[in-house]
Amino acid sequence: MRRVLLADRLATALLWGVALFVVAILVAIIVHFVLASLPTFTLSFLVDEPVSEGIGGIGPLLFNSIYMLVLTMLFTIPLGVLGGIYMAEYAGENRFTNAIRLSQEVISSVPSIVVGLFGMTVFVIAFGWGFTAIGGALTMLVFNLPLLMRLCEQAIRAVPADERAASLALGSTKWQAIRHAVLPVAIPGIVTGIVLTAGRVFGEAAALLFVAGDAVPSNYDYTFISLFDPRSPWSLFHKGTTLSLYIWNMNTESMNSQKEVISAMSSMVLLVMVLLFNLSSRWLGRALQRRVSGL
Amino acid sequence: MTIPQGVSPVTPTPPTPVPVSSLQPAVFAAIDPSALVKLRARDVRIRYGARVAVRDVTLDVPEHSVMAFIGPSGCGKSTVLRCFDRMNDLIPGAVVEGTIELDGQDMYSRTVLPVEVRRKVGLVFQRPNPFPMSIYENVAYGPRRYGLKDKAQLDELVERSLHRAALWDEVKDDLRKKSGLALSGGQQQRLCIARTMATDPEVILMDEPCSALDPIATLKIEELIAQLKAEFTIVIVTHNMQQAARVSDRTAFFTLGEDRAGYLVELDDTLKIFTNPAFQLTEDYVSGRFG
Amino acid sequence: MTAPAKPLATAKPGLRARLDLPQRVTQLAAAMVIALVALILTFITWRGVQLFLQTATPVWQIFTVLWQPDPTSSRPVNFGLLPFIVGTLEIFIGAAIISAPLSVGLALFMAEVAPNWARRITQPSMEMFVGIPSVVYGFLGLTVLVPFLKDVLGFQFGQSMFAGQLVVAIMILPTITSLAYDAFKTVPAEMRSASLALGTTRWQAIRHVVLPAAASGVVTAIVMGMMRAAGEALAVALVVGGRAFITFDPRQPITTLTLGITADMGNTTPSEPWNMALWTMAAVLLLMSLGFVTIVRRLSGGRQVL
Repeated sequence: MRRVLLADRLATALLWGVALFVVAILVAIIVHFVLASLPTFTLSFLVDEPVSEGIGGIGPLLFNSIYMLVLTMLFTIPLGVLGGIYMAEYAGENRFTNAIRLSQEVISSVPSIVVGLFGMTVFVIAFGWGFTAIGGALTMLVFNLPLLMRLCEQAIRAVPADERAASLALGSTKWQAIRHAVLPVAIPGIVTGIVLTAGRVFGEAAALLFVAGDAVPSNYDYTFISLFDPRSPWSLFHKGTTLSLYIWNMNTESMNSQKEVISAMSSMVLLVMVLLFNLSSRWLGRALQRRVSGL
Repeated sequence: MTIPQGVSPVTPTPPTPVPVSSLQPAVFAAIDPSALVKLRARDVRIRYGARVAVRDVTLDVPEHSVMAFIGPSGCGKSTVLRCFDRMNDLIPGAVVEGTIELDGQDMYSRTVLPVEVRRKVGLVFQRPNPFPMSIYENVAYGPRRYGLKDKAQLDELVERSLHRAALWDEVKDDLRKKSGLALSGGQQQRLCIARTMATDPEVILMDEPCSALDPIATLKIEELIAQLKAEFTIVIVTHNMQQAARVSDRTAFFTLGEDRAGYLVELDDTLKIFTNPAFQLTEDYVSGRFG
Repeated sequence: MTAPAKPLATAKPGLRARLDLPQRVTQLAAAMVIALVALILTFITWRGVQLFLQTATPVWQIFTVLWQPDPTSSRPVNFGLLPFIVGTLEIFIGAAIISAPLSVGLALFMAEVAPNWARRITQPSMEMFVGIPSVVYGFLGLTVLVPFLKDVLGFQFGQSMFAGQLVVAIMILPTITSLAYDAFKTVPAEMRSASLALGTTRWQAIRHVVLPAAASGVVTAIVMGMMRAAGEALAVALVVGGRAFITFDPRQPITTLTLGITADMGNTTPSEPWNMALWTMAAVLLLMSLGFVTIVRRLSGGRQVL
């Protein structure tokens, strides 16, 4: 009896130790970035243009990150939700469905840099676009689509069968049942899925490296609005270097003496954005859940 | 079963004789007037945080008898049952107040470990829950964890337990190959009983053991209970009043009070509870007027 | 007299109903993933074999040890990918060895031992961890870990195999943890209760019931972590050194397939054999990930994990 009690106590202590250790690492990482970036951080950092020497700012890069996010999600959301609906409501146990599942697994496992190479081959070279934001968005669509599809499918499957059954029993078509009875209930889960996917897109760099390029942007004229002229920041065809890529650039090609400080502050911004995405996905999910269930 | 090294048996304090109600011994030969009290509960109250789930439970379970807990759903019968092997400890926020004794020793005293209590008091769950292992490994699980390693002893123990659970003949050929989960519901429950018996407990608690089984399997288990009485003390929670009448010596009737907490209404010999109960509430329940 | 009953079905259902537009549209959306996979596999493979088709390079050469892609150098050109392949292997195996005990331990803690308040801290922590972009880890590794390894532990360059393994280990930790946690959660609560009711300690219940039952799920979790580790590009690139040399000494710099691609793809033109070799690296990487997918599928017996 004594031995098993001792073993139990030891095992419990060990598991607590592991948990504390891991959480400590996370805290240490966050604290490190806060300390490294807070002294030199100013709000203008978020809007100023980057400079080749000195601290400058990340304005255009933040703009690009958000731009890319919106653009990518514009494609990903409709396809992901529709695909998720198909998988949850229409798909049967057949070869086609298995093929879809297999494809989802394969794409999710392909390293993002390989997806980036694929995007480069298609958009940069074959289409002749060079480095563009739209190329980056479409490339990110490739690996985000299976992910969002999966999350939407789960959210829709989680809707109790009664909702569907009630609608059908009243004589609605299947699509009507989906649209009016099932989807509203699945919305919280879908929104959570979208926000989570968005978080991933925001921080992505490897896939974009060869499609959007890591050239440091300059002279962004936000008043010049054009969808196709690559000189306009609003253009689909402008070089969409994002914040993550900027950090990469700082640590590989840059000669800037302040690169470490810039990287630290940029990382801090990214961390804060990721935290915001996480928190809002939880908060939104819960808020929508309450609205839907009428509480 | 030989006690493995390192297990220190709980030494009981001198037993207190229990007065038995004056009933015709011909009908109720089960209770020996000088029977010892195996389990005792005094003024037990169980709450989850501030909410009281069960209150005012005072009862004695004589050794080598079968006691049934009956009553409508949700009145706390299972909760009280689980106090007797400290399984309520697993529920966060559950507090057990009052005294609960095994052989006169306070189960909940600071010096007693739940593990010790559970080695002497076994529990059979409502739905059979064999481990995803072979039949042999299921039965051998308890003794193995207590440190028994000798293969011959384990083999013998497994066989003996399966015999006592009336399962041996049905499984003796694929003990080690067949998974416990591959048996029928009734067989699985008997496997769980065998598994419990292999640990050589003194008390066996049963929480609606037949509610997930068909009538034939139920009958088999009821026959088993009658035989087990000789070696163990049994407390069984049941929804089925006929079952309670068939297998138990004494019956405790619980119900839900107006404060939404369960409480013990009447405790007496089974015959009396079912033919001539002292309380109207009991009479209403056993005659099917509610619950 | 009652009116004649109206027939339930009027004429044959119209074209619109038979077409079932919603089903077709959603089906098309879902089918896109199949198209994407087919495209990726085709493209990458096609470009990957160009090295053998357009130059005189024999297939077995990529399994040699010498990586010398520069035609202007005095030494003969040789496209030996082994240093990259071995490097990738070293990173994902090493990262898994470092990360697995911590991740599985944490998952076990969260599933079996943690009180509610502890779970409320660890669960969001894992979600935060997952969200941190890999460049940030790379930057952290470069500015904190590498100098530490060099100055304090005396590594020759700081940038080393070990640095890569450590950084990647932290990156895959939340992946393994959440999948292992799911695996533990899948074990029904009655199993634990049954063991405890038989008089075992909590650790005995974990060791003899929960762990065996969750074993295949835990192994799948680790393999998924390894898969992430093998595909990791940017963080690895910053801390591993980039030396195309096979070594088993963790203090030495190494290179990986992803690093090879990242470093040189921008410097070479598509018509050069050097460039073609990089695509062959990409094809090898793709092949590896397909291998992982197959292993994961086998392990989880068809249950979808991703």
